[in-house]
Amino acid sequence: MSLIQAEGLYAGYGGVDILRGVHLHVEADEIVVIVGPNGAGKSTAMKALFGLVPIRAGTVTYLGENITNRPPERMVTRGVAYVPQEANIFPSLSVLENLELGAYAVPGDLTPRLEKVFALFPRLKERRRQQAGVMSGGERQMVAMGRALMVDPHLLMLDEPTAGLSPRLIDETIQRIQEINQLGIGVLMVEQNARQALAVADRGYVLATGENRHEDTGPALLADPEVAEMFLGG
Amino acid sequence: MDLAGIVAYMPFFLGLVGIYAIMTLGLNVQWGMTGQFNIGIAGFFAVGAYTTAILTTGPADGWLGGFNLPFLVGLAGAVLVCLPVAWVVGRITANLRTDYLAIATIGIAEIIRLFVLNEGWLTHGTRGIPGIAKPLGMGTLNYTLVILAFVALIYVMVEVARRSPWGRVLRAIRDSEPATAAAGKDIARFRLQAFVVGSCIMALGGGLYAHFVGFISPEAFRPLYGTFLVWVMLIAGGSGNNLGALLGALVVWIIWSSTELLAGLVPVALIGSESAFRIFLIGVLLQIILVTRPQGMLPERRPPMPGEKRP
Amino acid sequence: MIELIHLLINGIVLGSILALGAVGATMIFGVLRFAHFAHGDFMAVGAYFALTVVTVFNLPVLAALPVAMLGMAGLAVGIDQLIYRRIRRVQPVILLISSFATALILRSAIQMIWGGSNQVYEVGIQLPWRIGPIAIKPDHVLIVAAAAILVLLVHGFLTRTRMGKAMRAMSDNMDLALITGIPAERVIMWTWAIGGALAAAAGVLLGMDTRLHPTMGWTLLLPIFAATILGGIGRPYGAILGGLVIGCAMELSTLVLPGTYKPAVAFAIMILTLIVRPQGIIKGSV
Repeated sequence: MSLIQAEGLYAGYGGVDILRGVHLHVEADEIVVIVGPNGAGKSTAMKALFGLVPIRAGTVTYLGENITNRPPERMVTRGVAYVPQEANIFPSLSVLENLELGAYAVPGDLTPRLEKVFALFPRLKERRRQQAGVMSGGERQMVAMGRALMVDPHLLMLDEPTAGLSPRLIDETIQRIQEINQLGIGVLMVEQNARQALAVADRGYVLATGENRHEDTGPALLADPEVAEMFLGG
Repeated sequence: MDLAGIVAYMPFFLGLVGIYAIMTLGLNVQWGMTGQFNIGIAGFFAVGAYTTAILTTGPADGWLGGFNLPFLVGLAGAVLVCLPVAWVVGRITANLRTDYLAIATIGIAEIIRLFVLNEGWLTHGTRGIPGIAKPLGMGTLNYTLVILAFVALIYVMVEVARRSPWGRVLRAIRDSEPATAAAGKDIARFRLQAFVVGSCIMALGGGLYAHFVGFISPEAFRPLYGTFLVWVMLIAGGSGNNLGALLGALVVWIIWSSTELLAGLVPVALIGSESAFRIFLIGVLLQIILVTRPQGMLPERRPPMPGEKRP
Repeated sequence: MIELIHLLINGIVLGSILALGAVGATMIFGVLRFAHFAHGDFMAVGAYFALTVVTVFNLPVLAALPVAMLGMAGLAVGIDQLIYRRIRRVQPVILLISSFATALILRSAIQMIWGGSNQVYEVGIQLPWRIGPIAIKPDHVLIVAAAAILVLLVHGFLTRTRMGKAMRAMSDNMDLALITGIPAERVIMWTWAIGGALAAAAGVLLGMDTRLHPTMGWTLLLPIFAATILGGIGRPYGAILGGLVIGCAMELSTLVLPGTYKPAVAFAIMILTLIVRPQGIIKGSV
């Protein structure tokens, strides 16, 4: 049974379909990457899974349960966490408060979860009382990811986690994502820095104009010359 | 209330409907056509009324007056004085988001009212300006016809404006500002123009009102009473729709007048204050409209953009 | 000089009342994203609730304060459930207009139930305390103290409780709050409850300082909005600062302007803020 599986998704805003028959799945401890040109519908696909974009047709199942069009609150309580690309922290709240709020829907003892997040991101522990809004881009990304991890998710969905970061920070972020995965958390991510993302991915999907184009293991996609020409230029 | 009484009441009734219709048409230019939420209607109304009063009344004792100018000059003056006021207000508010614009326009209406109240040398303060005669010494009936003529004139004007290229740009701004800006249109300028035009129409309404009632004072321009009614009229009639504005003015004025009858029937001990009860009823009416049919009686007829959510 | 100090004292008293009103208004503005035009009338209703308690049970005003706060909190939540909740999704402006209608409904209801004439909590004039040449009314001290205590309570709520933090989060970034799984409707209910309670408190204090009249809340609405904007939308601490600044500015302005222009002073400050620094002193969320 897959962690999450989507079949034949038609979804979009205001009656206009952006996704046309998209399918994908993520297994329990995989890193799966979605790449593709701008406007391909990559972010929309992830948002549709999470209940942020209405699905007109098709199904999404999570651990065997049909969760098509379930609202985000329900997804969070089932152990799915989503990190949007932009505006992904609460700027006027401290780092610690951001993390605490991450666990709002899944209350309980926060200490072990906080320990886990601080182990992954030691800098957050140092700066835990600092206002999140004044932190640098890389640190904010950490807060955003840490916030998501506070629900103890089975599946972590990341929308372009390395966007706007320096090369060094991109490497660091990818590394962190691997560490998160090694904790047993499935990762689904959309990435524009396709080369580096596919290098650590178990599998990948190439989307274009709202449809599946290619699907293969990470290394295979990296090596594919057609894919390389189309999408890995950057 | 016998038939003769009702017939005798008609000119007065229709005259007020006409003035409210003009106000609603002016508001439609601002709100219906460009989405500018002006709660400061009473301010421009007051500017128009006072300017007309000052210009057309006879020798004044204690305030600025005695110009004794003819009716049409008075009205022209109302519009001309309103122009710079509306322009300044519009400049300040042009780029404000809806909520801020609403707050700002209320503030301005308040300031205008305070000004009128305080600067007695100009406006005679709380004592108001009396003796504003109707043109050519005509009676209520004939003057009502004059008012209705103005209503027709303004209606034609705003309809022409709505269908014109200018009107289309305004609608585009209201519906999708980023797209219109990208197309190179100077948003702020168009919004300002619409704001000024709408305000000047309201000032004209104020001027006509001054002659209609013959006496004005700051009491008549309390921001809430008139402003609220005009808004109810536009929403009930259908924002964005000039015909809706007229229909709304008529229907809501009828309802408002009926509340007077209704309030008269209910024992005073139950409601304490007739005027408060009437406002209460109108408030409840508006809430019901907003919850059930916010688009009003005559929703705006226009083709939806692709992918657009229906209003 | 003495006059200046007295004006400053009046300014702080008025500012405290404005601050209480502004904190509630800014929280509603921040979480619900609209300027709630009935906020002033929430204050008035609270004041009149207290009046009933005072006259029926013969209690001192401050004892009636919690009752008024609770009553208005309940009424605010009720109004939201009955009306605002149904139009939240439609169009933001409809919400604005609806709050306008609510304001009028509440104001006219007050007039119908309690009458339109001025009323007071206690008859008689208070003798001021004297510190040297300076005279301070005991009521003024009570008002500022009550406001300070309430502000501290709100601060505790916002920084130490889960719901308080959730409210700040929703005010900061509504979309992310939903993504995080924060229950929007519950937070909204709490926002109305607290906003309503604070407004009621401000109204009671206002009634203590001046007198009760159906339009008492509407008259302060503009200065409250000015304080909210000055302090930054969604920033409770900014609202407190904004309230005090506006209150003092309004009172001190009487040194150079006729008293009737006081609201205009608040308004001018607001316009200035919108032009020069629209996000407010403490950067707000909208």
